[in-house]
Amino acid sequence: MSLLSVRELSLSFGGVRALSDLSFDVEKGEVFSIIGPNGAGKTTIFNLISRLYEPDSGRIVFAGEEMTKLPAHRIAAQGIARTFQNTELFEHASVLDNLLIGCHVHRQTSLFSQMLFLPSVRRQELAFRKVAEDVIDLLDLAAWRHQVIEGLPYGVRKMVEIARALCVQPSLLLLDEPSSGLNPEETEDLAFWLEDINEELGITVLMVEHDMNLVAQASDRVLAVADGQFLALGTADEVRSHPDVQRAYLGDAADSGAQA
Amino acid sequence: MRFLKKTRYEQDIALLEHNGQRFWYGLLLLLVLGAPFLIDGFYLGELSLVAIYAIAGCGLMLLVGFTGQVSLGHAAFLAIGAYCHTWCLGAGVPLLPSLLIAMSLSAAAGMIVALPALRMTGIYLAVATLAFAVIVEQGIAHWESVTGGYRGLAVPDASLFGLSVTDTTFFYYFCVALMLLATLALLNLLRSPTGRAFVAIRDSETSAQGMGIGLARYKTLAFALSAALTGLAGGLLAHKIGYLAPDAFNLIMSIQLLLMVVVGGLGSIHGIFYGALFLGFLPQGIALLRDALPPALANIPGLEPGIFGALLILMLIVEPDGLYGRWLKIRQYLDEFPLYRAKTHKRQKQFLRTERLR
Amino acid sequence: MDALQLLVAGVSQGCVYGLIALGFVLIYKATEVVNFAQGELMMIGAFIAYTFINILAWPYFYGVLATLLSMAVIGVVLERLLIRPMLGEPPFAVLMLTIGLGFLLRAVAGAIWGAEPKTLSTPYASDVLQLGEIIVGYGNLAIVLGTGVLCLALFLFFRYSRLGIAMQAASQNQLAAVYSGIPVARLVTGVWAVSALIAAIAGVLVAPVSLIDPQIGFIGVKAFAAAIVGGFGSLPGAMVGGLLIGIAEQFAGLYLPPGFSDVTAYIILLVMLFVRPQGIFASMMQKKV
Repeated sequence: MSLLSVRELSLSFGGVRALSDLSFDVEKGEVFSIIGPNGAGKTTIFNLISRLYEPDSGRIVFAGEEMTKLPAHRIAAQGIARTFQNTELFEHASVLDNLLIGCHVHRQTSLFSQMLFLPSVRRQELAFRKVAEDVIDLLDLAAWRHQVIEGLPYGVRKMVEIARALCVQPSLLLLDEPSSGLNPEETEDLAFWLEDINEELGITVLMVEHDMNLVAQASDRVLAVADGQFLALGTADEVRSHPDVQRAYLGDAADSGAQA
Repeated sequence: MRFLKKTRYEQDIALLEHNGQRFWYGLLLLLVLGAPFLIDGFYLGELSLVAIYAIAGCGLMLLVGFTGQVSLGHAAFLAIGAYCHTWCLGAGVPLLPSLLIAMSLSAAAGMIVALPALRMTGIYLAVATLAFAVIVEQGIAHWESVTGGYRGLAVPDASLFGLSVTDTTFFYYFCVALMLLATLALLNLLRSPTGRAFVAIRDSETSAQGMGIGLARYKTLAFALSAALTGLAGGLLAHKIGYLAPDAFNLIMSIQLLLMVVVGGLGSIHGIFYGALFLGFLPQGIALLRDALPPALANIPGLEPGIFGALLILMLIVEPDGLYGRWLKIRQYLDEFPLYRAKTHKRQKQFLRTERLR
Repeated sequence: MDALQLLVAGVSQGCVYGLIALGFVLIYKATEVVNFAQGELMMIGAFIAYTFINILAWPYFYGVLATLLSMAVIGVVLERLLIRPMLGEPPFAVLMLTIGLGFLLRAVAGAIWGAEPKTLSTPYASDVLQLGEIIVGYGNLAIVLGTGVLCLALFLFFRYSRLGIAMQAASQNQLAAVYSGIPVARLVTGVWAVSALIAAIAGVLVAPVSLIDPQIGFIGVKAFAAAIVGGFGSLPGAMVGGLLIGIAEQFAGLYLPPGFSDVTAYIILLVMLFVRPQGIFASMMQKKV
């Protein structure tokens, strides 16, 4: 059984069809990428999975559980963590605090024990810190640990977002355009880190990405969408050479080119 | 400048990071505890008032400074705490249980106010709390059988271990003890998951949800805790003023409370105390000013709120980070002297981009 | 008969709320700043009119004209002095600032004109219009008519004038407006001038029917409730909200126990916020991620 299955998902805003009858499955352990031109509905898929949007119809099943009835804040506890396209960090908190907030779903202490800071809370804080430090080591963020987010370079912010999502200790990680705004070196690092996250931590990755090199390098399977509709599914090369995909990106020029 | 070599995670969790801090805060605590031997009764009473404001400040800072929910109606919780406490004392409930009941009732009211907070943010929420405060004020004014209406209500004496709250020294220690407890609880909360959840909601609700933080639950909690602390302050304030009337808890009071946390510095614990000292001693300052001014100016109606307003404007334009923020900048200047760059803290100007869709 | 008479009183009072609410909404729409001192601006407007007409004994028409001009200038000065330095600060900080401004203006008014209530003399002061059973004071009639004319003028201004359209553009996205060659900073100043002007009109219209003292600015809070009920950011909404609250208040005063008429505005506001938080005329708010 697939880790995540999306079945006939549809959503329209007013009269605009953002997504129509889209279905796909993400298998456990893979890196699954979604590509498509701007406005294809990629981020909408993420917002539907993280329950920020309510679908008009369709189902999302994660690890055998129906997700479409859960409120947005219950998704992390199910094991899904996400990042945002333009970063949504806690701006006035330090990098470390951002990561510790990522640990929130694993808390086990009551309000009153926290007010008194009982030994159980202290132990929990130390355990959280261990988790955060492991992620800091993995993503090489030690230099920024105590810095406040506001004013950090964009590349670092992107990495902090991934780090915060990792602190949730998810089984599925949703990355919304992780490479946007990164320079070529940073993008290269990102590809390696993705591999680490996927192979060492055993986290399944679902990402929306524009950089085809990164997609080809990192992903096991690729789904192409356009105008909220399914175009093609397969390996990066298969999808890239699919005629529908070429038409979606290049318009009719691809057609005339093919005929010529 | 001090550089700390940290070898254990515990050091980051500790409330006081190094011996220097331990020394200075210890000295401050000694001064606070020794105050009754150093200053006379009137100023001791004023210091009790500062402690009471600081308790309310803890509540309001938790809500506004750390959870990012603006309340223009906190005087209502102060009023609920004060009237409930007075009523319970009148009914024969001892001091501490009575304060607890006042806190609980106030917290319950806070949960009701949180209901709109689940559906609205920013200015809408501020106005909803304002409406709530006006309704509470009018309710108190017209529910004469319990509150005495505009005639007012005398606060009965109460005692703990045979010591009466009318005793200035005991009342001072009582207020300071509760203030320390409130501060400690707030500090502990802020270094645990709940406090971080509040901060998360303040900075990005979308992200907070993604991290598994239930907005409804934590906003309600923030309002309840904030209202409980403010209710406690209200109960103590009742003893301080001795006679309750609805107009002691009007819109101006709400705004003074908000002024306290803004002047102190939003989002800092130190700011609470700077703000409480400011709010507690400003009336004295204005009284001194009145004596110095020519009578024509000194007898202006609304002089006191006017000066409050002027100071608020000045503070927001000159130092939006509050008194504590200013202190941090001064300290940084001294630390880095003579290398300090004049534009280190220059504020960025930016254009407004609306989040309205039309 | 009673009901009709109450309705007339309610409409007149509602127009006052609506006028102040218009000032709120105007500034909010253009700059996303909430000017909590709008009620105090009305109070200052009324006092300035009193100064020109009663103290300096200018003819009514010229007195009103001078009041409008001075208030526009005051609006400009306030914007330059207090709001401009706050550009880029969080909206909450600016809200606090205008609250402080309200307190300050009240003290200033108290210092200049004193705390005793004053009455503005007008050519139509105490005349009444008898419409069958209903009695309408000319003062109240002036409020309703003045409000109507002002609303029409604002509508035309935003719909057809270049300046009005530029203001709307700037309210959507200031940066884009700057790039399109709209002088946003000057525009914001202009919005404050217009908004102070509206406050002055409200002051001039209210002064003859109710006494002027430094405390009358407090009805700004109720007008604010009206603006929210109408859907903050909507000019017709502000008027509708004002009328709704004005009328409801009159009826609550007669049919409900004492104390209720004072809180009617707030109860309507709370009910509205629960049932339809976006107000009667919604301007949608949602953050995109």
